[in-house]
Amino acid sequence: MDTLNRFFDSDIWWSFKKSPLTVGASVVALICIFGALLAPVIAPHNPYDLAQISLMNSNLPPSWMAEGQPAFPIGTDQQGRDILSTIMYGSRVSLLVAVSAVVMSLFMGVTLGLISGYVGGRLDSFIMRIADIQLSFPSILVALLISGVGRQFLPRDQQDSLAIYVIVFSIGLTGWVQYARTVRGSALVEKNKEYVQAARVIGVSKWRIMVKHVLPNVLGPVLVIATLNVATAILTEATLSFLGVGMPATQPSLGTLINEGQNFLLSGEWWLTLFPGLALVAMVMSVNLVGDWLRDALNPKLR
Amino acid sequence: MSAFVTLNNVSKIFDVSAPWLNRVIERKPQSFLHAVSDVSFDIRKGETLALVGESGCGKSTVARLIVGLYQPTKGSITIDGKDMRIVDDTGASSQALRRKVQMIFQDPYASLNPRWRVADIVAEPIRTHKLLTDNAAINKRVAELLGYVKLTAKDGEKFPHQFSGGQRQRISIARALASNPEFLICDEPTSALDVSVQAQVLNLMKDLQREMGLTYLFISHNLQVVHHISDRVGVMYLGRIVEIGDKKEVFGNPQHPYTRMLLDAIPDLKMTGKARTPVAGEVPNPLNPPTGCAFNPRCPQKLAVCEQARPQLVTFKGRAVACHANAPTSL
Repeated sequence: MDTLNRFFDSDIWWSFKKSPLTVGASVVALICIFGALLAPVIAPHNPYDLAQISLMNSNLPPSWMAEGQPAFPIGTDQQGRDILSTIMYGSRVSLLVAVSAVVMSLFMGVTLGLISGYVGGRLDSFIMRIADIQLSFPSILVALLISGVGRQFLPRDQQDSLAIYVIVFSIGLTGWVQYARTVRGSALVEKNKEYVQAARVIGVSKWRIMVKHVLPNVLGPVLVIATLNVATAILTEATLSFLGVGMPATQPSLGTLINEGQNFLLSGEWWLTLFPGLALVAMVMSVNLVGDWLRDALNPKLR
Repeated sequence: MSAFVTLNNVSKIFDVSAPWLNRVIERKPQSFLHAVSDVSFDIRKGETLALVGESGCGKSTVARLIVGLYQPTKGSITIDGKDMRIVDDTGASSQALRRKVQMIFQDPYASLNPRWRVADIVAEPIRTHKLLTDNAAINKRVAELLGYVKLTAKDGEKFPHQFSGGQRQRISIARALASNPEFLICDEPTSALDVSVQAQVLNLMKDLQREMGLTYLFISHNLQVVHHISDRVGVMYLGRIVEIGDKKEVFGNPQHPYTRMLLDAIPDLKMTGKARTPVAGEVPNPLNPPTGCAFNPRCPQKLAVCEQARPQLVTFKGRAVACHANAPTSL
């Protein structure tokens, strides 16, 4: 309760309230997140339960059009699945992949960056040269390579069920450099501060100093990057799925839905790809706007 | 009394060369910074030795060498009969040495982790050395330590940013005392504080010394502070000790021209009408020190020999001076 009161009294909450754009964006983001997380509870249909779908309902347009039905507010696909429900289930997959990938790159990047910055020397040069090499490849190319090639090594009957791990790994692996560089930079500053030297004089071990003293003081900027990277990861996953190396059709993400829908774009079923696309834009934009605000709010120079 | 801390010809050289690739391609030479050269002194148990000198003369490097944050390039440091080189080991004897030697830092705003509560900061040495393991006992000890520095147990709940500079410096004294040290190195502990608070912190340190029998190495550029707290004074110039001796001797009858220059620059509050001479000239670049005596470009008593030969530190009646013009035999 005390912590909560302090939060509502803080500069951050104040700057949040002062920015209507951020408040709007976070409302949209929360709607997207809750819609995704609670999909099995609140979605009007379960599009992946064969007993609930009927081919009779295939390719229905949104309900406001002449042939639309009120049970399917934004239409159905060629197998009679409700688009709204597939979007909700699809955002779930998109969010799950994006958040897991960000957590993975966060963990990798923070660990390597902290070691690099605090230990220094040859280890630092080694880690940073690997980071440079990785940065010289576009991250989407690396992700495409890993998820495209990595999939071939999996047994054929498990390819679809393991796809999610391959995608999380490939997106996660391409993201660590940014965290590592940020953490390394901050760790270089922190390790020369007197409180770290005081801990060394006390006789605290190197690892304990890194985790207990340096880490809490370098995490601020990293959390901002992580928020912004969730949006990027959603987009990367959508791109991979759109290109056909992402989530399989049995477990579609927003990217898979857009990809499947675009086949029908010219035959007139525009709702198949427009609505998943809009959902993707809403999710990415709102997360990005919140991340941008967080970056400014935590930057004392911009206050 | 025998020496508690001994520095024997300690030197510290920093490699400040450009990166290897730049040296090879741009033919830049390797360059070394002689931060501390051939420093030797003893500190007896229970006494306070002060090191004074201008910025960049190597005072803080000496402090960091003694406490083990840097390893000496040459020479040896012994504390209570044990070589300080072992402190990087993890063995029991090195931990015991670690516990005995603690440091108080210059900047009270940087020396406390901003994300830790004061009680945890003060308890860190106790937990690290496992002096107490039971949480209730640790809390009791932390309250006692905060009491020593005139804070209350309740202050332990707060974060460092909720305290003033003087209070923060007292917290860092409490932390330094937590491991029951015998030797405290104080690296300009009052230079970041207001004058009124300086006196408070200095008197606290003197009281603690009397009660616990602590030995201090006190580093400062403030001669009045040094006069107040020290028993003996060492004057450093460009990484070397130029004069070292009893406080009364050094302040009352300075032998080295640099010591005189520093003392003449002190504003005279008693208004005796004594003229105040500002310290002339600047410290030479330590990357390219003058030949012979490092002080010769600024020295009012410069002789021909001063540019050729470096004067040795000559001891006479407990006082040591490194000067060609004022060899202590002429005392």
